[in-house]
Amino acid sequence: MANKILAFIEQRSGQIKKSSFEAAKLASSLAEKLNGIAEAITIGNEIQDLPKIGNYGIQKVTHYINKELENYSASAYRNITAKHFTENNFDILIFANTALGKDLAPRVAVKTEAGIAMDCVEFNYNNQEIVVTRPVYAGKSLIDIKITSDKKIFTLRPNVFAAGTPSNNNAEVIQINVDNPNLADRVIELKKAEGKLDVAEADIIVSGGRGLKAPENFKMVEDLAAVLGAATGASRAVVDAGWRPHSEQVGQTGKTVSPSLYIALGISGAIQHLAGMRSSKYIVAINKDKDAPIFQVADYGIVGDVFDVVPALIEELKKVKG
Amino acid sequence: MKIAVCVSHVPDTATKIVIGPDGKSIDPNGVTYVINPYDEFAIEEALKVKEKLGGETVVITLGGEASKETIRKSLAMGIDNAVLLKDENFRDSFSVASALAAEIKNQNAELVFMGKQSVDYDNSIVGQMTAEILGYNCVSVVVDLKIEGNKIIAEREIEGGKEVIETTLPAVITAQKGLNEPRYASLKGIMAAKKKNIEEKQPVAANNKLEILAMKKPAPKQPGKIIGTDASAVPELVRLLKEEAKVI
Ligand SMILES: Cc1cc2nc3c(=O)[nH]c(=O)nc-3n(C[C@H](O)[C@H](O)[C@H](O)COP(=O)(O)OP(=O)(O)OC[C@H]3O[C@@H](n4cnc5c(N)ncnc54)[C@H](O)[C@@H]3O)c2cc1C
Repeated sequence: MANKILAFIEQRSGQIKKSSFEAAKLASSLAEKLNGIAEAITIGNEIQDLPKIGNYGIQKVTHYINKELENYSASAYRNITAKHFTENNFDILIFANTALGKDLAPRVAVKTEAGIAMDCVEFNYNNQEIVVTRPVYAGKSLIDIKITSDKKIFTLRPNVFAAGTPSNNNAEVIQINVDNPNLADRVIELKKAEGKLDVAEADIIVSGGRGLKAPENFKMVEDLAAVLGAATGASRAVVDAGWRPHSEQVGQTGKTVSPSLYIALGISGAIQHLAGMRSSKYIVAINKDKDAPIFQVADYGIVGDVFDVVPALIEELKKVKG
Repeated sequence: MKIAVCVSHVPDTATKIVIGPDGKSIDPNGVTYVINPYDEFAIEEALKVKEKLGGETVVITLGGEASKETIRKSLAMGIDNAVLLKDENFRDSFSVASALAAEIKNQNAELVFMGKQSVDYDNSIVGQMTAEILGYNCVSVVVDLKIEGNKIIAEREIEGGKEVIETTLPAVITAQKGLNEPRYASLKGIMAAKKKNIEEKQPVAANNKLEILAMKKPAPKQPGKIIGTDASAVPELVRLLKEEAKVI
């Protein structure tokens, strides 16, 4: 079975997303496993460093270009992606499970009659057949699934599949001008949370909960995050109390994260919080209650007072990091 | 304007999950089911739009007999009419979306609200798929919404900020926490809901494109190390993060 695999490369403000390199890498390793070929597609205006997709095993990237496509438009991106996927006879399409990926992938699936599996965390092969694993019930269970239609779309949970060490191979970039993108929906404004790293993209997250006692004490959480180059996160309890913005909430009704390091400060570890962060590679918990459920998922714990431990941790890290 | 709200009946988020005898789905025994938490934001928004612009609201649910509980809750909050697309079988997101789309069309609803995801399979795609099948516009993960005439301005959450999107009716909006504060059902609403009719229908058939082969529990995490009880444990923690975990 010859398999043609397409990776969707996502850009924001002309910058390629890290999770798209993971999608590219997975597409090229799938191609290797299935004796197929892997290519990439991207949509936008000017995009930095596109040939670098080649560093992750992809030889050819098609870039659909138009100034109006700089920001995401579901209708236009769907039309272009679906057309490229079908007309070039691809069998498999891979997205990162980001805000854009989650919005676009299901639309392309309907348009191209492809089956779709979201938020995959594992790929296995059974006689050339792909079996993926994905979390359900907020990570309390996993399911193994198979897509039964000919065309298949997968989205990958960010930070789970390593993009690996980049090689020095540049991809060939083919530009296609889009004459009239015909936007049925458009972004009229992009509101950025200024200067802040988002939990959904960060490699290290420092999160605070009700144990911080008052909103002003989050200065300590921010200071720790600053030394580590981390994003700040929060439990729902403190978001509901209005201490932190909803965009920082980690968990079932917040964001799902898989950083390499998650530090939970004064967070009990309720099941709904764990739902959003249990797949982090390493978890550190600082909580004064030794029976707090967070310790059941923590790799390293200190049963202690955050007001005692965190300032010391900030000092120690400053020393170590020079 | 006719406004449809699609709601699903799901296990309570605090439920312990036990895998059923088929090895592919959960054992429903002892599980408390609730209205999908995100759908409450969808219902609230539908009610608010109706209060402002007038019209009629209808709740549509695809599911088994037990989903009537969730439908009653929607009616008690103030939704006018209800349709249960009765189906006890497993359907994948596309198959669910096909059935919902057919009924939305049948209802002639121009504006549709759904939760951004249902907390059982956590796919977060039924809204977008339903819109595609209907040929409607769609904004997902919405935290702020304005409708003026035919025009929609919606804010959706993305990594590191928000996108403000302009589009037009007909449309599907999927609700994220933050969109509004869902109201409580009043006693009057609860009494009225008991009397309202839930129309039962056979959903249109659609083939699944996914097959679940197995359900399993995530590998249990090794119990972690408790390093200490005060600040004196900090140097050891930092050493472990550096040398053992290699994450800093
Ligand atoms: C439908 C639904 C969805 C939900 N979604 C989410 C979600 O997305 N994200 C989420 O986080 N929650 C969610 N929740 C809420 C969740 O159940 C918990 O209520 C919440 O996570 C608790 O937050 P917390 O751990 O900060 O607060 P608490 O439970 O109050 O815990 C505070 C912790 O701090 C510790 N502490 C106190 N003082 C100190 C100190 N000085 N030093 C060290 N430790 C201290 C305490 O021992 C305690 O363990 C949801 C709930 C429901 C019903």
